[in-house]
Amino acid sequence: MAAVKPLLETHGLGRSFGGLRAVDGVDFSLPEGETHAIIGPNGAGKTTFVSLICGRVAPTDGRVVFDGKDISLMPAHKRVRAGIAYTFQITSVFANLTAFDNVALAVQRQLIDDHERGLSSRALTEHGMDALQKVGLGGYADKVAGNLSYGHQRLLEVAMGLALRPRLLILDEPTQGLSDSEIENFIALVRQIGEEATVLLIEHNMDVVMALAERITVMEQGRILAQGAPAEIRANQAVQQAYLGG
Amino acid sequence: MTRLTPSTKSVALHIGVVLALLALNFLLPEYHRGVFARVLVLAVFAMGYNLAFGYTGLLSLGHAMFFAAGLYGAGLTIYHLEWSVWPAFGAGLAAGVVVALVVGFLALRTTGVAFMIVTLMFAQVFYLMTLYFTTYTRGEEGLVLPQETRVLGFPGGMLDLSDPSTRYLVALSLFAIVLAAILFLVRAPYGRSLIAIRENEERMRMLGYNVFVNKLMAVVLSGLFCAASGAAYAVLFGYVGSGFAAIQYSILPLLWVLVGGAAATLGPLIGTLFMFYVIDTASSYTTAHLMVVGLVLIGVILFFPKGIIGTVRERWLPWLP
Ligand SMILES: Nc1ncnc2c1ncn2[C@@H]1O[C@H](COP(=O)(O)OP(=O)(O)OP(=O)(O)O)[C@@H](O)[C@H]1O
Ligand SMILES: [Mg+2]
Repeated sequence: MAAVKPLLETHGLGRSFGGLRAVDGVDFSLPEGETHAIIGPNGAGKTTFVSLICGRVAPTDGRVVFDGKDISLMPAHKRVRAGIAYTFQITSVFANLTAFDNVALAVQRQLIDDHERGLSSRALTEHGMDALQKVGLGGYADKVAGNLSYGHQRLLEVAMGLALRPRLLILDEPTQGLSDSEIENFIALVRQIGEEATVLLIEHNMDVVMALAERITVMEQGRILAQGAPAEIRANQAVQQAYLGG
Repeated sequence: MTRLTPSTKSVALHIGVVLALLALNFLLPEYHRGVFARVLVLAVFAMGYNLAFGYTGLLSLGHAMFFAAGLYGAGLTIYHLEWSVWPAFGAGLAAGVVVALVVGFLALRTTGVAFMIVTLMFAQVFYLMTLYFTTYTRGEEGLVLPQETRVLGFPGGMLDLSDPSTRYLVALSLFAIVLAAILFLVRAPYGRSLIAIRENEERMRMLGYNVFVNKLMAVVLSGLFCAASGAAYAVLFGYVGSGFAAIQYSILPLLWVLVGGAAATLGPLIGTLFMFYVIDTASSYTTAHLMVVGLVLIGVILFFPKGIIGTVRERWLPWLP
């Protein structure tokens, strides 16, 4: 896949918190359609890096280019509309609303964007249930989100991301706290999502990474330590020392 | 379909409440009809406050300025410019919207305690301005609008707003319009977005919502309803004074909404009515009526932690909007 144009690029992207360089001049390029994993030890700057991409955190230096356009100054909500969806590392759903209403909020905005003026409640229901079914929560539509199991809440977050029909879906440690069987299902789900969207996945579970990623970026202390296909990363000495084998 | 859906039930309930209030016009003794007319106008103030505080989660301590903007917008144009009631009422609404836009634009850059303080400060500035321009407002003493200015022109004739029955019916009309608007609003997609912003603002931003603009619209709508209440108060009761811009008129709607039930469409009415009668009853028995009011409030908080309607909804009637 040589000539695929990048959907996302960062140029010298950096963010400091006081004296700490959480992200330090990262040049990164993500081809359209790829499922890409970011790994690295705790505090490596992974969440901060993707937060710079989706606009939750403002950069101290560098640029973000999405689909050929410089979006460095674009506020987060516009980036979402442009096609970047982010699921939070710390589960962030509307705990008092039902699972369906959670997804409906994503669908509703999406429909308004598409200038479907009347915003028919049928379209809302259809798109919403569709997103819930994709993650396997079709049977939980009427349950209050706060009462769902932790694993199901994580899936609900993914459903909200899907309901936005993003071009780039960023998943921040989605399998954290899931059971083994839930992880199995999750891998199948992300594979399916990867058919339609570009996926940027932050993940600590190496089985998940190896099962899903076409390419892997390893971060350490705000920088890219290594980048390549799964086999290359597994074989990389520096990575082994910094992270994999310890 | 023999069973009623929650939404038909709630629409039926709201129509029922308005009809019951209409019947009360003919049933209530004169004194209580006067109290109810006042409560209906102030309940509109509380409903406006509820939109910002209850639904959107914006704890403002400055809503007296929106009420007073409507009050003065209508009162000053009638008193000094000899406008008739309709355009004066419009001036009150416009004043409320302008103040809400400016204050919202600046205050919404803050959240939480800072937002409370900023709104409080703006309201204080507004209050001091009503004192500063005392040549026009007569400050605390206020202006009394002559009875002959308080007539509402219709194609069919004139309504004398100082007539108790007319006053009650006009107050009820305004109340019904705003209640319907709020009911429609909170069930529409926009209302659901406001509630979601209250619940989890960051998540809403990452669903692509422009949180700032949504909140600003909520403040402006809230300001509009509060100004409508203030303007109606001026023309129905004929008095316009600085007292209505003072801090206690920012605290009162908060209290009414908390007692009646935040984020409940009927909460503001119940809260306003309840507080009015508690104060009224207590002050007829004792001079230490504030102590009684305090005790009653503690009781309400203990037995109805989410306000009267809010707790009824939680325990028995989950379909209440
Ligand atoms: N808002 C903030 N203020 C100050 N420091 C921060 C902030 N956010 C992140 N940091 C710091 O920046 C560094 C990178 O944090 P980040 O959350 O990006 O790491 P991470 O790779 O996602 O880690 P983890 O695997 O634990 O999620 C850490 O040292 C962290 O303490
Ligand atoms: Mg992280």
